Amino acid sequence: MRLAILILLGIAASGAASDPKAPFAPAASAERPAGERLDVPAPPFSEGIFPCSNCHASMPVNRTRRTLTDMHTDIVLKHDEAHRWCLDCHDATNRDFLHLASGERVAFTESYLLCGQCHGEKLRDWRAGVHGRRTGNWNGTKGYLLCVHCHSPHQPRFRALAPLPAPARPARPGD
Amino acid sequence: METDGKTTKPTRRMFASQAAALAAGWVLTACGPKRLYEAPRAQLKKAIEDMERQYRERLGVNVSVSDAPPIPGVEFAYALDLSRCIGCRRCVYACVKENNQSRDPQIQWIKVLSMEKDKGIDFSAADPYYAPAEVPEEGHFYVPVQCQQCRNSPCTKVCPTGATWTEKDGIVVIDYDWCIGCRYCMAACPYGARHFNWAEPEIPKAEINPNTHYLGNRPRPKGVVEKCTFCIQRTRAGRYPACVEICPVGTRKFGNLLDKDSEIRYIIEHKRVLVLKEELNTAPRFFYFYAT
Ligand code: HEC
Ligand code: HEC
Ligand code: HEC
Ligand code: HEC
Repeated sequence: MRLAILILLGIAASGAASDPKAPFAPAASAERPAGERLDVPAPPFSEGIFPCSNCHASMPVNRTRRTLTDMHTDIVLKHDEAHRWCLDCHDATNRDFLHLASGERVAFTESYLLCGQCHGEKLRDWRAGVHGRRTGNWNGTKGYLLCVHCHSPHQPRFRALAPLPAPARPARPGD
Repeated sequence: METDGKTTKPTRRMFASQAAALAAGWVLTACGPKRLYEAPRAQLKKAIEDMERQYRERLGVNVSVSDAPPIPGVEFAYALDLSRCIGCRRCVYACVKENNQSRDPQIQWIKVLSMEKDKGIDFSAADPYYAPAEVPEEGHFYVPVQCQQCRNSPCTKVCPTGATWTEKDGIVVIDYDWCIGCRYCMAACPYGARHFNWAEPEIPKAEINPNTHYLGNRPRPKGVVEKCTFCIQRTRAGRYPACVEICPVGTRKFGNLLDKDSEIRYIIEHKRVLVLKEELNTAPRFFYFYAT
């Protein structure tokens, strides 16, 4: 069993290393048990932003850390930002994908694999339906919300909410 | 029969009230309706058709009343993550809407208690009326409380008419046609989870949820007790309870205790789990846990 995983990992790693531009093909890895198909809703993109390649395919890649001025000016990193830059998560050569530290490309529908690299315990709980929230049926197909439905990847801290109104104080005992 | 099989030692008071109930029951069964849980299927169907017709006439709404029975091999349980809840009360209002609770006078099956982190779980220092601009508040945590669906339920034992009992899937239910409004069950419940209709419940017609179950969210009359049923109308159809579905932080978990792949089993096996007022030995099917 362990041997099989090692072999699969080896294939994934060598595939990514030998041809970084290889079209995205799901490979088994520690984060993604082979054959896993999770039922998730569409990623919560702003309207018109995807596919990113509409603009980025014809743009040179600029790897310098900088304040963006021409586009995405609303994106401010507050997520371990001292150690991180956009292209640690977003694939530089094909902007329609994310990538793992190994270089393996990951679709936006599987962004949880990216998060799980650094938040492994959360990913495990999320798979079990304990972190985050299940949708669908308790005894049928169970759906998941992506991490990014609740956490902005750029500023992941959960926002405070206004509470709904407090209950009325009882007029009679037992109300 | 779908009652809990446990019996209690009879006391003089119980004998008196049960004798009275028996006498009343004898009279009623001879000429009137049966308790729904012991009614034959055909009679239940008829009773439900009557209910639907009466709702149509009284409320002007086409309410459909389900009689879905417990699913074999299923025992429901609930778990709530105390490390996650932010006290936003989205669950309270989703529950009111789903389960046709009276808006005026106000009835809410879920009560969210704000507690101080320094004091831990302490009901004497709990505040249900907190109303800051934003939650969570510094130094506070939140404990939502609703029916705990106890295995050893004090409420069902004190009912003099047998109008409340535990179904095979673990849901404690109330037959509103047999409830006489004596409120013994409310006094017996250590969680304050049962609520009484002091007046005719009022719900704006457009807000009535027409998808109901006869032991759950069908509109109630004045003078009966009601409480959370794990959304029996949804959960027996395979869905999650409304409070689970609405929770923005994913605090609320629900599933089949007998299914080893359910999130409930994962929580019990991997997390720190507790029940409220454990010392009372009510054995709730509603667990609280800390995910982190
Ligand atoms: C921690 C990894 C990570 C980092 C660092 C990161 N992103 Fe993202 N970004 C994501 C993920 C994941 C999504 C997908 C969100 C979704 O599914 O809607 C995303 C979405 C986006 C989007 C689409 C947003 C929208 O409005 O729908 C843009 C544009 C973007 N990122 C640009 C950037 C830029 C520019 C930076 C650097 C300043 C950056 N990202 C840094 C992970 C990251
Ligand atoms: C409308 C065109 C447009 C779209 C669509 C677009 N971008 Fe960009 N993006 C830009 C421009 C222009 C810049 C350079 C901004 C600057 O240098 O100030 C940029 C910069 C970036 C950068 C900073 C690194 C770099 O290469 O300069 C990241 C990361 C990025 N975009 C990610 C995304 C992602 C992810 C998406 C899709 C979800 C996306 N973009 C969609 C126009 C676009
Ligand atoms: C490369 C590692 C890395 C990746 C990938 C990553 N994170 Fe993080 N994340 C961190 C670190 C380090 C911290 C703690 C420092 C901080 O809060 O800025 C953190 C903090 C967080 C927090 C807590 C924020 C707070 O202020 O309480 C959340 C939530 C979070 N990440 C979610 C995500 C999500 C969702 C993704 C995927 C889109 C993700 N992370 C991807 C490294 C990562
Ligand atoms: C249903 C919404 C939801 C989803 C989906 C979700 N989270 Fe969270 N997450 C929360 C909430 C609420 C908190 C606690 C709020 C806080 O402390 O900032 C949290 C906290 C965290 C933290 C901070 C550490 C902690 O325990 O407080 C990390 C890291 C994190 N989540 C990662 C993830 C990852 C990774 C995923 C996807 C695999 C994910 N989350 C999916 C709601 C969600």
